[in-house]
Amino acid sequence: MRSSLHAGSALHQSKKNPLTLVSSQESVMPIELKEYDPGAFFDEMMVSRNRARPLAKELIGLFRRMDSGELAARQDAADLAIKEMGVTFTVYSEDEGMIDRSWPFDIVPRIIARQEWDRIEAGLKQRVNALNLFIDDLYHEQKIIKDGVFPAEVLAESKNFRPQCVGIDPPLGVWAHICGSDLVRDADGTMYVLEDNLRVPSGVSYMLENRLVTKRVFPELFESYAPLPVADYPTQLYETLAGLSPRNVRRPSVAVLTPGIYNSAYFEHAYLAMEMGAELVEGRDLFVDDDDAVFMRTVSGPKRVDVIYRRIDDEFMDPEAFRDDSILGVPGLMRAWKAGNVGLANAPGAGVADDKVVYAFVPDIIRYYLDEEPGIPNVPTYRCMYPDERAYVLEHLDELVIKPANESGGYGMLIGPRATKAERKTFAGLIKKHPRNYIAQPTLGISTVPTVVGHTLEPRHVDLRPFILSGRKTYVTTGGLTRVALRKGSLVVNSSQGGGSKDTWIVETN
Amino acid sequence: MLSRVAENIYWLARYVERAENTARLVRVNTQLVLDTPSGIKPGWEPLVEITGLHEVFHAVEREPSERNIVRFLIGDANNPGSILSSLAAARENCRTVRDVLPRSSWEAINEFYLYAKENVQTGLTKSGRYDYLDEIIGGSQRIAGLLGSVMFRDEAYHCSRIGRNLERADMTTRIIDVRSTDLFPDDVLESRSLDTLQWISVLRSMSGYQIYRRHVAIRVNRADVLRFLFQDPRYPRSFLHCIETVEESVAELDNKSPVVRRCRTLRRKIRQTEVADLGQASLHEFIDELQIDITALHNAMADAYFPPPLVLEAAN
Repeated sequence: MRSSLHAGSALHQSKKNPLTLVSSQESVMPIELKEYDPGAFFDEMMVSRNRARPLAKELIGLFRRMDSGELAARQDAADLAIKEMGVTFTVYSEDEGMIDRSWPFDIVPRIIARQEWDRIEAGLKQRVNALNLFIDDLYHEQKIIKDGVFPAEVLAESKNFRPQCVGIDPPLGVWAHICGSDLVRDADGTMYVLEDNLRVPSGVSYMLENRLVTKRVFPELFESYAPLPVADYPTQLYETLAGLSPRNVRRPSVAVLTPGIYNSAYFEHAYLAMEMGAELVEGRDLFVDDDDAVFMRTVSGPKRVDVIYRRIDDEFMDPEAFRDDSILGVPGLMRAWKAGNVGLANAPGAGVADDKVVYAFVPDIIRYYLDEEPGIPNVPTYRCMYPDERAYVLEHLDELVIKPANESGGYGMLIGPRATKAERKTFAGLIKKHPRNYIAQPTLGISTVPTVVGHTLEPRHVDLRPFILSGRKTYVTTGGLTRVALRKGSLVVNSSQGGGSKDTWIVETN
Repeated sequence: MLSRVAENIYWLARYVERAENTARLVRVNTQLVLDTPSGIKPGWEPLVEITGLHEVFHAVEREPSERNIVRFLIGDANNPGSILSSLAAARENCRTVRDVLPRSSWEAINEFYLYAKENVQTGLTKSGRYDYLDEIIGGSQRIAGLLGSVMFRDEAYHCSRIGRNLERADMTTRIIDVRSTDLFPDDVLESRSLDTLQWISVLRSMSGYQIYRRHVAIRVNRADVLRFLFQDPRYPRSFLHCIETVEESVAELDNKSPVVRRCRTLRRKIRQTEVADLGQASLHEFIDELQIDITALHNAMADAYFPPPLVLEAAN
């Protein structure tokens, strides 16, 4: 009986084309890294042309033994896997409207040594702890202003300070439960914090998916390396959120609040809800009753919600408290939160610390609240609100990167060395008009990682976004999301502007 | 489960089932046309009528030719009922509930949609049509099978089951209707034994031919086929079976539901009708009536379990 079952199996061969690792049409050549030239930049994997850093030696060796056809075939296999897994982000295009794009992924992982990572992790925890103390202080006594460490006028002009939040005590005193901080490495190898995203940072789902894809298309990489696993993030996130529950129940009801399917990060919202076993809700699924408790509309009637991981900006969260034209939000949500009947992550108003001018003060903030030196340095930052710093910026516009205080996604920036005279002139005008709105930083020579380009590897610039969870304890993802600027010479890693990503490995080096 | 999610899962299942049955519909008509002797042209226009899409079709001026109608039913993005639109809608609905469904089902639906989209040009050629439709039917069944084999038997599962079976009941009536429309004068049918050939095509298109032969009768005749397709509780595409399944799943959601009562009434109606006695014209009317009953059943579901439409707009 058994043998006949096996005999029949040949009839059920998959119709899909098997993955051909060597395409016979292409010219087959071993991958040459002699041409690989990171130039003046720090390369994460290569010391110089043709010489790998010790921690990347085996990886680079593996790529070298591969021929160009196989390299391209592996990249194709990864692209196909991502397409089939439906890992997407949504972009808006004038011609096609909303389109769902596959997440661009590069198969060459980026490797960081465990020792270095431990230092970074400690620095991130320190930073986020200080930022939470700072936010809590701003909504209470504002001691940091009274003590002259943080200028009142910066707060007065902050777009993300919410007067509605003054005097509120969120559970555990934590405001920014989920933070995504962007790190970059300069030409001399120093790792800097470039910015802190405290509103609704995204990208963690891609970090998790990238590892799955690497395992699927490149299992042999894991024979010589044992990168530390990343998969416990959803569990940690659930625990952080459950810790905010106002009710003492065994399994608090947690919901992820999404603006809906057309949001660029919708994939992530659904992904995290699914991974946590939480409910994915839209504003219209929720309502607040007369006793200021939050419920969702279910098939079997209203069901109480304890904690909401909201992926909607403050302003759209509750038309009663903020913008009354928002149809994405839930009327009464602020009331419920103030009454302590629902946990919100991040807390409304946490974005006050997500501001490029505030960023410039973070080293002072760390010293003020923790009495410690920052573990990870800030990029030197000129604050245009101060006349002397402004004068320096205006004189050195051709060397600096100018950033508006409250934009994200790489929009509204001026990259001095690449800008035209006219563009610099426009920015000079803007800075003089709204000095508080701009900061300037030197152009960093951000580091590169070998990246598949056609049939070979070329250096491309990368950053790193680890995610930090703050609740009863502080947790940092193992590594984070490495974003890569896929265009040659480009420094813009945002997925909306031609960026992709890489799997990020933290490896033991002993 | 969220009411909105219930609605999305219900529609997800309906759309997948709709794609499958539209493929069956095109397939049966292709067979009918091939079986018809030259000189008598049953044509393709009835299909547009039967799917209730004549307004959409005629919104654009075009010949009701085979080529145009097949394109309209398979790959026209402007036709909300085309196979491709149905699968796109299924995928969108799935995307909004992918946290609730097993991950493999999202991947399957996504892959299925991509297949349908990337191969649609082949599907529109005469030689590629059969294989394409076959893949569509197979793909839908794969998804139904996947959901059936991995889903937890909770409200989400029952909503998908209700959606699938309601759609299937509706489409079964439409497939029967292909044959019931007045394509030929009755005497032409009898004289050329076309009748039998055509009922065989209908059975084949619903994967029911073999079952019918084994369990109902060796000879294919109109009366037995109609009883089989409407009333046989053992055949999973029969109208009765679909309604019984809907009733079962609604009762799992809430056994005092008004929707259960409606199902019961509809079940009684189908059991008590002597379908074999209906002439072509009255059969067509009866089918119309059943389709209205299905719409009413859907509305009752929506009232009881789906979110109120446009709540926010009303509040503003």
